[in-house]
Amino acid sequence: MNPAAEVKTLVIDEMDVSARADQTILEAARDAGAWIPTLCHLDGVGDIGACRMCLVEVKGSNRLLPACVTRVEEGMAVTTHSERLVKYRRMILELLFAERNHVCAVCVANGACELQTLAQLHGLDHVQFPYRFPALPVDGSHERFSMDHNRCVLCTRCVRVCGEVEGAHTWDLMGRGVHSRVITDLSQPWGTSETCTSCGKCVQVCPTGALFEKNKVGTKLPKSRDFLMHLSVMRGGDR
Amino acid sequence: MGKKIVIDPVTRIEGHARITLQTDDQGVVQQAYFHVTQLRGFETFCAGRPFYEMPNLMARICGICPVSHLLASAKACDALLAIRVPPVAVQLRRILNLAQVVQSHALSFFYLASPDLLLGMDADPAERNILGVAGAHPELARSGIRLRQFGQQIIELLGGKRIHPGWVVPGGVSEPLSGEKRERMLAMIPEALGTAQSTLVWFKQNLEKYREEIRTFANFPSLFLGLVTAEGQAEYYDGQLRITDAQGAIVADQLDPARYAEFIEEAVEPFTFLKFPYYKPLGYPGGMYRVGPLARLNIAERCGTPLAEQEWVEFREIERGAVLSSFHYHYARLIEILHAIESILRILEDPEILSPHVRANAALNNAEGVGVAEAPRGTLLHHYKVNEQGLITWANLVIATGHNNLAMNRGILQVARQYVRGEKLTEGMLNRVEAVIRTFDPCLSCSTHAAGAMPLVVRLVGPDGALRDEVRRD
Repeated sequence: MNPAAEVKTLVIDEMDVSARADQTILEAARDAGAWIPTLCHLDGVGDIGACRMCLVEVKGSNRLLPACVTRVEEGMAVTTHSERLVKYRRMILELLFAERNHVCAVCVANGACELQTLAQLHGLDHVQFPYRFPALPVDGSHERFSMDHNRCVLCTRCVRVCGEVEGAHTWDLMGRGVHSRVITDLSQPWGTSETCTSCGKCVQVCPTGALFEKNKVGTKLPKSRDFLMHLSVMRGGDR
Repeated sequence: MGKKIVIDPVTRIEGHARITLQTDDQGVVQQAYFHVTQLRGFETFCAGRPFYEMPNLMARICGICPVSHLLASAKACDALLAIRVPPVAVQLRRILNLAQVVQSHALSFFYLASPDLLLGMDADPAERNILGVAGAHPELARSGIRLRQFGQQIIELLGGKRIHPGWVVPGGVSEPLSGEKRERMLAMIPEALGTAQSTLVWFKQNLEKYREEIRTFANFPSLFLGLVTAEGQAEYYDGQLRITDAQGAIVADQLDPARYAEFIEEAVEPFTFLKFPYYKPLGYPGGMYRVGPLARLNIAERCGTPLAEQEWVEFREIERGAVLSSFHYHYARLIEILHAIESILRILEDPEILSPHVRANAALNNAEGVGVAEAPRGTLLHHYKVNEQGLITWANLVIATGHNNLAMNRGILQVARQYVRGEKLTEGMLNRVEAVIRTFDPCLSCSTHAAGAMPLVVRLVGPDGALRDEVRRD
């Protein structure tokens, strides 16, 4: 049987919800009007569950599950907001801020940054972990764009949009744990990349000011993501 | 037996500083040191950042004059791009700078200096602050608040916020001026002009009372430096540097600010973090010069706007050559407020100001750039070097307060010799030492301190290090 045609019924925040079997909890929740915070998720590209902001409680499971990569199941009971979830989400945000150098005041994305918005929504006014203050470089070698590793949260939206939508696969990850970095081609300066088409999709989908257009510094809306939904629809995708 | 008197911290200035006075056996002050005890490190930690981020980053140097740093930095970036900024963007940047002159001068005169002038140098320090002024002279306190508000509101209308505005970007400004905002600015001008004029009238009527301060507050010959137009008119945004001497004669004219290193050198002294720039041809410390309102009115041949021009002529009649007493920085500040408001009006009246062409785009074309602007406190220089990726490799900032450093030290010595005598310290005598610093309106950091809220500790220390006398106010 085609899973798309199969319908599951579940409960999200005490609402009875029906969803297609191939939908994730996140999709089902959104269809039902329940908001779950996300950071690495991006409509139009595949999910990888990197940021863990969308963790939800599922009855019968001791583990918290990422809503973006967990498929709905018959009879599931999902809680999207609880004291425990808020605590963990805040902790994730605090760890992101502590890991690199996020200086909102002088950032190109100030006021248009998803990390900043999430922090505001979660009432983050301080970070309980000591900041690491790593010495991270800025790659300004590309003619039009810059990459500031200080502001990268490793969501890999750039990696996914470059591989899945543009088909260039210029971006990728290297290193493990706290040493992870996004890289262009074989970890070489962006400006020397042979695969980069300079399309700028990575810049537009970056949730923070890590990737930005050089001449957009100082403008109010430095990024525009509408193109992704248009492309998805035109290409017949159902995401 | 000589003694050491320490004033720490100096109050009602922007930043943190300490003064040490060294006396001889007769209790006469022999040497004075103005210690700037804070280190910011902006020149170092901006290394590695993209140059186009610099205007916003540099604006963070100061919460009172962020616009000056924003402009000097953006102009240095314009030089890196080798770009011609659209004329309308230049005029819009000018308005921003002039609004800043108004608000900063209003802060300096009304909030920081007027308590000394109105309530007296010997008044109780608990009363000697802006709230004391508001109690004794409500109309004047109101004038100060309204003038500062005028400047800050224009900055907010243009730059989005009052403190650390954005909007100024390499190549111009990020968005054009709307007709609605222009109308709102124009509507504020008549009241501001009236306030500036009436304050000047009041100040001139009372000038006679401060004869003693005028005579002793950093009143000595020095060079003066500032920007002028090609015609020798006072200039705040563009132009070339001019240096005049104590007689008012031009020493050097139409110097290219980008080549400042050829005629200005910075000396370093072990007792302070603030450097000592001096005019190279005359050596150190003979090449002492002053910048800021007094210097600008001294070097200019005219003001350029009708009301300020009249005041400027009257001001220059105080002395035959240049006006030398730093007490007249206050006077000059009031004239500049008037000039700035008139200039803003003149720029806004030009219908071209609404033109949408406000930003030029280019890639990096130069490896080095210098930007200059007249900040409220004097000439401000930003000098950057970048690598081929546009990342900052080196930065040098020459700040107005730095230019005045030699003169401030000299001024403290002069006023301390006049007022600080004998074994016992009095509040009034120490306040005069502080007040001479306030005439320069030094901006030592990015922070303002609530008026009257900072404690002052003064210690008389003998050569053996033993404490002889202590005065404390909390």
